[in-house]
Amino acid sequence: MRLEPIARPSAARLFGLPLAALAATLAIGAALVLAAGGAPLAVFGLILEGAAGSRFALLETLNRATPLIFTGLAVAVAFRARLWNIGAEGQLYLGALATAVLGTGALAGWPAAGLLAALARAAAAVGAAALLGPALLKTRLGVDEVVTTLLLNFVILLLVSMLLEGVLKDPRAMGWPQSARLLPEARLPRIVAGLRLHWGFLLALAAALAVWFVEARTAFGYEMRAVGLNARAAAYAGIPVGRVIARTAVLSGGLAALAGFSEVAGLRGNLTLALSPGFGYTGIIVAMLALLHPLGVVLAAVFVAGIFVGADAMSRAAGVPSYIADLLLATALLAMVPALMFTRYRLAWG
Amino acid sequence: MAEILDILASATFWAAVIRIATPLVLATLGELVCERAGVLNLGIEGIMVAGAFAGWFAVWSGAGLWGGVATAFATGMAFGLLHALLVVPLGLSQHVVGLGVTLLATAAASYTYRLALPQVTSPPRIAPFEPLALPGLADLPLIGPVLMVQTPLTWAAFATAAAVALVLARTPLGLALRAAGENPAAVEAQGLSVTGLRIGAVMAGSGLMAVGGAFLTLSAFNAFFFEMVNGRGWIAIALVVFGAWAPGRAVLGALLFAAFDALQIRLQQTALGAALPYQIFLMAPFLLSILALVVMSRRAAVPAALMVPYRRGER
Repeated sequence: MRLEPIARPSAARLFGLPLAALAATLAIGAALVLAAGGAPLAVFGLILEGAAGSRFALLETLNRATPLIFTGLAVAVAFRARLWNIGAEGQLYLGALATAVLGTGALAGWPAAGLLAALARAAAAVGAAALLGPALLKTRLGVDEVVTTLLLNFVILLLVSMLLEGVLKDPRAMGWPQSARLLPEARLPRIVAGLRLHWGFLLALAAALAVWFVEARTAFGYEMRAVGLNARAAAYAGIPVGRVIARTAVLSGGLAALAGFSEVAGLRGNLTLALSPGFGYTGIIVAMLALLHPLGVVLAAVFVAGIFVGADAMSRAAGVPSYIADLLLATALLAMVPALMFTRYRLAWG
Repeated sequence: MAEILDILASATFWAAVIRIATPLVLATLGELVCERAGVLNLGIEGIMVAGAFAGWFAVWSGAGLWGGVATAFATGMAFGLLHALLVVPLGLSQHVVGLGVTLLATAAASYTYRLALPQVTSPPRIAPFEPLALPGLADLPLIGPVLMVQTPLTWAAFATAAAVALVLARTPLGLALRAAGENPAAVEAQGLSVTGLRIGAVMAGSGLMAVGGAFLTLSAFNAFFFEMVNGRGWIAIALVVFGAWAPGRAVLGALLFAAFDALQIRLQQTALGAALPYQIFLMAPFLLSILALVVMSRRAAVPAALMVPYRRGER
């Protein structure tokens, strides 16, 4: 048994296989619902309604998609250059930490625009530094970045926990480990007064466009893709592989940290350990479902956010555990990856 | 300093070291078997969670403790088969699929737990493994008190380590397996199937990881908690590198790591622990793992075909 490349895949193959993967995911989801004693169609209907059935639901989905766009972009740019950044969760928390440290009074007196720009920059810088370390260890010493970025997530979360129980603790929080509230001028305003969607969402869209531009239209984007496709060939062609990976790390870590900035300055207004229910890890699913395409990341993030928000609402109404969202997404990922491969290859026997 | 010496001189400390090392030994061996055959298995963290849950769930349903261990092993093999089918014959990205398997296995454990126990506030307990009091063990000087408190699963883990080392180093199967990770074309030239060897290695290795997870629910504790694996799988991946892909050194690495972990737990209760935030102590094992990776990075013992999909007739 071997894989043969297909020179000109048919339209049926190009679109049919991803659809088949989606159908397989839904079939497995239906089986899971049946196992929980629910009615699949009704439950899927409730998920859809909970995700997009009302203006409130839709805004909630876009709110949830905002950090996922940032972490999805962070993973997508890194994976494009074959820099396996699994540390977006930690980078997100470092960005949130920088925002909370500087936004609660350290820069009091700054005008809102300047303050917000400074917070975003500080967040991105800290996140970038957190990935630059593992990237340099990879290029200089050959230390696997998968493990170092994963392990750093735990270190960073403990660091945030330590600071929230120490110097950053809000004395008025009745003993809860949370930071003080951000200054009013350090908050990202709502896009429309009265609706819960904040400017972080528009910032995320702008970031997706910017990443798309960098990847598709700049020399650095070309170098990034070349390093990802074949680092040795890229080096042979004169591309400074180490420097490209370092710059990719700065971009990726910075994007992941902006998710933390946007959540603290936009949605929450303070820093707690409940800031992210794994946005960094979910970003990997988002990036893969988007085929690492920056604009696809936006669609995939809204889709994934919709499943989470919808499953939460469904779970309250139908009693099927909301963990079904994680199962559906993991299944979608594991079905989509081979389906996409088979749009370009076929199995041959002998 | 005197406090550290006091800790190091106590039998309970060394007993804890062996207990903490046990799940790491099993998980590290499992990952090592996969990687020696040429397959990185990032499903490890999720497979440990699934094993911890499946083992506990089987015992809670009345299967008996060894029935729980067998259930965990089978669960691990099933997730291993999934990982192997996607990355070995299909040659898909081992990073992406492995992370997908971790997400799937973790979510499957959480979902099944919630289905089986919709309304529990505290996780139900089982009767875990009791210490195995081998006759004469308690009378041994120095090591007697350390060994007599260990459960059968710990003994089984260290016996498995010896068996894995023996099979890898001294049997035709072990040779074929190592060759599949170093020079797959040579394996194929011998008339053996690289695909078959790799799938088998990933399944067996994943079974071991799952039993490592099950040690937590069946021996170290007596219930299942969502966050209980807490990065042990990722640490096992670091320990494989630290042990330079050799079973003996990997076990030594796990023991060293466990000693450090046991020490930080005890230091938290000293004057030093009162002066420093507890998070510093909890961070130390993760920082130590990163440091170990950096120190060992110069030792190039990586299996040559690790993460390289094998396609017959291609070079």
